[in-house]
Amino acid sequence: MSNSVTTIYIPRDTTALAMGADRLATEIAAEAANRGESVEIIRNGSRGLFWLEPLVEVETTSGRIAYGPVENRDIDSLFDQAFLSGETTHPLCQGLTEEIPYLKKQQRLTFARAGITDPVSLEDYQQLDGFNGLKKALQMDGQSIVDEVKTSGLRGRGGAAFPTGIKWQTVLDAKSAEARSGKQDQKYIVCNADEGDSGTFADRMVMEADPYMLIEGMTIAGLAVGADQGYIYLRSEYPVAHQILNEAIAKAEAAGFLGDNLLNSGKTFHLEVRLGAKAYICGEETSLLESLEGKRGMVRSKPPLPALVGLFGQPTIVNNVLSLAAIPYILSQGGQAYANYGMGRSLGTLPFQLAGNIKRGGLIELAFGVTLRELLEEYGGGTFSGQPMRAVQVGGPLCAYLPESQWDTPMEYESFQAIGAGLGHGGIVVFDNSVDMSEQARFSMEFCVAESCGKCTPCRIGSTRGVEVIDRIRNDENRAANMELLDDLCETMIDGSLCAMGGMTPFPVQSAVKYFPEDFNQPKQAAKGSARS
Amino acid sequence: MTAVNEQLLPVVTEVIAGLKHKPGALLPILHEIQNRLGYIPPDAVPVIAESLNQSRADIHGVISFYHQFRTTAPGKHTVEVCRAEACQAMGARQLEAHAKATLGVDYHGTTGDKNVTLEEVYCLGNCACSPSIRIDDEIVGRVTPEKFDQLINELRSQTLEVL
Repeated sequence: MSNSVTTIYIPRDTTALAMGADRLATEIAAEAANRGESVEIIRNGSRGLFWLEPLVEVETTSGRIAYGPVENRDIDSLFDQAFLSGETTHPLCQGLTEEIPYLKKQQRLTFARAGITDPVSLEDYQQLDGFNGLKKALQMDGQSIVDEVKTSGLRGRGGAAFPTGIKWQTVLDAKSAEARSGKQDQKYIVCNADEGDSGTFADRMVMEADPYMLIEGMTIAGLAVGADQGYIYLRSEYPVAHQILNEAIAKAEAAGFLGDNLLNSGKTFHLEVRLGAKAYICGEETSLLESLEGKRGMVRSKPPLPALVGLFGQPTIVNNVLSLAAIPYILSQGGQAYANYGMGRSLGTLPFQLAGNIKRGGLIELAFGVTLRELLEEYGGGTFSGQPMRAVQVGGPLCAYLPESQWDTPMEYESFQAIGAGLGHGGIVVFDNSVDMSEQARFSMEFCVAESCGKCTPCRIGSTRGVEVIDRIRNDENRAANMELLDDLCETMIDGSLCAMGGMTPFPVQSAVKYFPEDFNQPKQAAKGSARS
Repeated sequence: MTAVNEQLLPVVTEVIAGLKHKPGALLPILHEIQNRLGYIPPDAVPVIAESLNQSRADIHGVISFYHQFRTTAPGKHTVEVCRAEACQAMGARQLEAHAKATLGVDYHGTTGDKNVTLEEVYCLGNCACSPSIRIDDEIVGRVTPEKFDQLINELRSQTLEVL
């Protein structure tokens, strides 16, 4: 029996909870009490090594030692094999957490604190460089802050990859109608936390593992452009992130990091979380603004840009969680430090997210330029099922399915554009050889039927017709004519839709047809058979 | 107006009074009504419309636009099955078929004992441990048909304990 208190970390992240972390924490505490061991259990964020969740870490003199994935039935043997004293004999022991190759090989700038800290502890955050960016920003004028962001080369991480510094400059220079008539000038910072793409969870991890980083990034954005109110538009599918964000905002307000007098500077920034209501389209920025205003999430025509006429008609920055989360590092270390990572016009790092049928799924933050194959093989370790990989969808439900011949493409914006694909928000969904690509193409259209806002006819009606045409192809009715019709329909949707929903839904469909033609060339049962052989 | 709704309306007016000052108050109001009552009673629509100085059509339009808002009472628990790509790659299609067969309802349906309402969802952000479902506010990963049955049985036995 040890006399000192041993610190144990068990994450409160969604994936850890989904794999049983809450019950595990309760049982470990009970077992420690049973055995007369003193432990302190800290509910940290996740390291993003999701295949090891729940990942239990024990603080030792040589560092934190990881065990995972731990189930309740493992608790007795962990105690028996003295895991509290740093014994590494247990089969679930992964050694020192920081030495796990999956984590060690990463270049973590945005996720530097993820999983290390208690997400709502202001002390933890400040011990690891937290609020240094804000402190610097409070000494700078708006233009200098925007210049630092321009130097970083940061491009919008939501998928569109628009240069963040230029967007901020537009809002900084914008004069609202009120300002032109001499009244109070109201601008807004809106964080797009409607992370709806399947295969993505980086925004969620920021909010659940390091919420103060997002709060700090939004506050800096407010200082840069002269906005005193921010909103985080969070999807309602993320109840854990909602809880953690609200805890963090309340603590930040109480400690003077948010509110009317930021760190006694006399500057103001208020922040509020608003929940979406299960509508994928609200991840599109203009639809999101409509939703924040209390309306149906219908896409707006652009121009005017939201930067000029945004929320409630005022100049507004709408940035993705990851873009805003990159800001504290850029301000604290300098824009050039961030720009030293990456390649070409894709500077900095991107958190890639390995998901679907993959052995070691999780978050991998690396500089742009790593190949897809390195991620799939070195990090992912092949499929979960053990069957050969067949198709990989990169960038979410509106981006292409890639066949193996394209897996050596460097993960950066221009290289992906060159092969007709997209990086989107960095999500990577892996399928093994049991996938039927005509079924996946059908789903792309079906998803658009469910999620189209209905404004543009090619998206609203075209998606329904798309499901019907693909059904006819799958049923072997007039195959050649229907394939031609599908091609024509895709072109109409691409050219005739205002936003990416209708304009990009055809991309996964077209890529499935182009690279996996065998799944469209025969009735569906036969197609499945040939795919497996 | 039915007797049931007469009991619900004070909740509606209380929620509106607490939130109507917020800019863009409609979504927060609808969320809070649904949190408190489980759904948005149709009789709440004219009350909301009047307090926000909008038309009933506006309010109805917003309620019907979002998949989350419902105008009928749900079961005691809501079970959402993820239908998105990462879960598909791990057997979500079989899982949703199993869920419908086991519960004997389609999406948006409620079991005869009013215990479970089945809903679809597109991504719960647990894509590295698919397939996923959500039971009320709890997300569960790596859900096999067997695990699904076990979770549903736990919900049923909870209800029995309460009875």
